[in-house]
Amino acid sequence: MTDASRRGPVAQSTRACRGTDLTFVLDSVTVPTTPAVQVTDLVKKYDGVTVVDSLSLTAAAGSVTAVLGPNGAGKTTTIECCEGLRIPDAGTVRVLGLDPRTDAPQLRPRVGVMLQDSGLPAQKRSGEVLRHVARMHRDPWDVPDLEERLGLGSFATTTVRRLSGGQRQRLALACALVGRPEVVFLDEPSAGMDPQSRLAVWDLVRSLRDVGTSIILTTHLMDEAAELADDVVVVDHGRVIAQGTPAELTAGPGDQVATFELGAPLPPDADARLRDRLGDGGAWSVDATETTRLRVAGPLDPAALATVLAWCADDGLLVTRFDLGRRTLEDFFLDLTGRSMR
Amino acid sequence: MSAPTPGSVPAPAPAAAPASARLRAQTSFEIASIFRNGEQVMVTLLLPLIALVVLGGTDVVDIDLGGRARIDVVAPGVLALAVMAAAFTSQAIATSFDRRGGVLRLMATTPLGRLGLLGGKVAAVLVLQVVQAVVVGGGAVLLGWRPEVPDLLVALAVGALGTAVFTSFAMLLAGTLRFEAVLALANLLLVVLTLVGGALVPTASFPGVTGEIARLLPSGALGEGMRGAFDGGVALRDVLTLAVWTVGLGWATSRTFRWS
Repeated sequence: MTDASRRGPVAQSTRACRGTDLTFVLDSVTVPTTPAVQVTDLVKKYDGVTVVDSLSLTAAAGSVTAVLGPNGAGKTTTIECCEGLRIPDAGTVRVLGLDPRTDAPQLRPRVGVMLQDSGLPAQKRSGEVLRHVARMHRDPWDVPDLEERLGLGSFATTTVRRLSGGQRQRLALACALVGRPEVVFLDEPSAGMDPQSRLAVWDLVRSLRDVGTSIILTTHLMDEAAELADDVVVVDHGRVIAQGTPAELTAGPGDQVATFELGAPLPPDADARLRDRLGDGGAWSVDATETTRLRVAGPLDPAALATVLAWCADDGLLVTRFDLGRRTLEDFFLDLTGRSMR
Repeated sequence: MSAPTPGSVPAPAPAAAPASARLRAQTSFEIASIFRNGEQVMVTLLLPLIALVVLGGTDVVDIDLGGRARIDVVAPGVLALAVMAAAFTSQAIATSFDRRGGVLRLMATTPLGRLGLLGGKVAAVLVLQVVQAVVVGGGAVLLGWRPEVPDLLVALAVGALGTAVFTSFAMLLAGTLRFEAVLALANLLLVVLTLVGGALVPTASFPGVTGEIARLLPSGALGEGMRGAFDGGVALRDVLTLAVWTVGLGWATSRTFRWS
């Protein structure tokens, strides 16, 4: 503080630009807030295999950013570089404007981490572990309150090794939050949780965002990203392949999606013939996603639906189930990353 | 799980606890782990005590006493064994277990950090050694051992050096090998170094050059250093041997230790 004032206002604002303050004013112009996380051209290889390939992403302060991708896409490696647990081979990583490795002592109190493999000491009682992590902080979250919010009380005296997967996840989340951090990294937070726990966790994440916490989570669950995230970064093969709000990612042509389940296998050229019947050039996407399932995306007004059903009637195809809705994040994700398993 | 609690959550207020408070918390956390773990108590307290009673209290094992009282030869050797059990076997297993479970990674992301984590582990070893000194030393006194206070201070310094060597050795194993390998090696090496490595049995009674070789090992130097502390002074060569091993093992550990 005295250091900064001695250097005068210019030095002070430069310092602020590097991320020590959240908001500030420079010559009456409001300077944008430092991003919670800024990753630029990150490269990470394991034994010569490139896992993260020139990846860049920005997570805005005070929002929930979901890093979405299939298994092995490089999500966890990217997050672990942000947590200071891995050393990038190239590129820069900044968390609150600071370097996770060289500025680790300043960053550690400000960042909460939930690892994918939990990292909780197996032989300790769960309540003991949470109180221990709380002791690392000067002004921690009230432990009984946090235990109640995450339903940890019922197994506070159980050793970590005897917890179920979902219980362990909730305890790991509590450990990430107990220091009241500005930035929270959650690696697959709701893996192994029952639906009630997931909803409680989602609620908590939203409440934290509402009080100004920045949250970066990895997930391969579409509903989690769609429900929680202000921004979604889609990662595959170590690169960002799309970024935007869930609404932005699911908007665009092919807004409406209809899925038809049929009573008999489709003829081989069914999708091409139906596309012809619908007409209107490239507005339609028609795919036989299974031998008895047809997916139609496009401007599905009542007339268009009637056309599809008339085509089914002409071909003698019985529709056994029909589903109509907006294009979801899952549609978008599968379009981008393909349908084959990794 | 009960319904989520209504009401707002606390706003971010990050601040690390003072370094001393973090170190204290980690130390007591580690100590509680050691004393709640049956195998750790077995190897660090019961094993030295059994060695003391069997070797110092009976004559079932033939030891070259060099004309001195049996307990005066046995007690320093058992103290060397205790140092090795706490600093090496116990630490190697506990650290390797934490490494496998990701605990080292997780705690490194908290304000404790990696240095705080290691500091807590070393401090816990020192506390454990105080308990060992009371238990083993007390047992030896009951068996007739009468050490002089200045000698005890010299032994304390030798013990500190031995702790540095064997903690480095423990970290070298724990930071590079799989948990199963560490578990096997940490126990096996304790037995080997104790019996034929010069910790418990005076190296002078070894056949041929084997005594000289054993004395160049950290176990032999520690054992001879301990016996020297209570019998006319510590040989410089033993201090040097311990120092060289500490530097070498510490260097190797800092080059190879993997946190995950």
